[in-house]
Amino acid sequence: MAFQLAMTLGFMAIGTFAIGLILLLGKVIRPHNPTELKTSTYECGENPIGIAWFNFNNRFYLISLVFVVFDVEIALILPTLLVYKEAISLGQGLLVFTEIFLFLLILSLGLVYVWAKGDLDWIKQIAQVGTSSVHPQKGDLHS
Amino acid sequence: MNAIIESGPEGGFALGKVDELLNLARQHSLWYFLFGTACCAIELMQTGGPRTDADRLGMVFRTSPRQADVIILAGTITYKMVSRIKLLYEQMAEPKYVLSMGSCANTGGLFQESYAVVNGGNLFLPVDVYVPGCPPRPEALIEGLMLIQEKISKEPFLKMAWQRNPANISEK
Repeated sequence: MAFQLAMTLGFMAIGTFAIGLILLLGKVIRPHNPTELKTSTYECGENPIGIAWFNFNNRFYLISLVFVVFDVEIALILPTLLVYKEAISLGQGLLVFTEIFLFLLILSLGLVYVWAKGDLDWIKQIAQVGTSSVHPQKGDLHS
Repeated sequence: MNAIIESGPEGGFALGKVDELLNLARQHSLWYFLFGTACCAIELMQTGGPRTDADRLGMVFRTSPRQADVIILAGTITYKMVSRIKLLYEQMAEPKYVLSMGSCANTGGLFQESYAVVNGGNLFLPVDVYVPGCPPRPEALIEGLMLIQEKISKEPFLKMAWQRNPANISEK
């Protein structure tokens, strides 16, 4: 038992040593020449403008999420429209119409949810807790 | 002198000086930068494709200059592109190589007379290998890359100028 433990410890020591050795070897062998141009941000050859760590309004995040609802609708409805006449001639008009209608229903449920939650408002109203709230009112932000 | 490579049914070994072994490793992991300025880039993509599979020679495309060893000037270079290409070349880590692919990148080619076209990549980058053709076939590009491999195999890696004096890098 003690021998096995010692073996484990030995292997751990060798492993740690090997990692250090390899890192040291790389340090010795590799070229090291950081220039100002080389360390500049990679933007596919363009000169970077400004700094990357700027504040971005996180309300755009919700808007882009809601956009997906309409995006998927357009992407799937337009091709259906193109073949709709053909589908009618094949006697499948009602089937196609029902499918698209159900699809729209599901997606509009998502829209209704977002609407009811108030996420379509640019300035979202936060439910008031008690009477003396520290949350800003709509009027406060506009004034 | 190159390293001695012996291969048997149950594996093999390579014997040589540190330089040679390092070169052996470098020349068989020649990663090229996925960057094309014009139509030669279509052939460049074909080179990485299954038919002429450059991967079997260790040539893998990289989408970042930080990981690339070779920049392939694939296609017509306009004056507007020069500053971008130079910046990309600067952002590559040493050791780095330049391969000029096709007539346009070599001399300006078909568009030599145009006011917008640079007459050769060698006017602003230290080109190692020129591959002629309009466009060169993928096999020709692979031959060009193999010429770079050959060049790597002859380099005294540990004694290179940029090893001793980093300021000499641009004058290679």
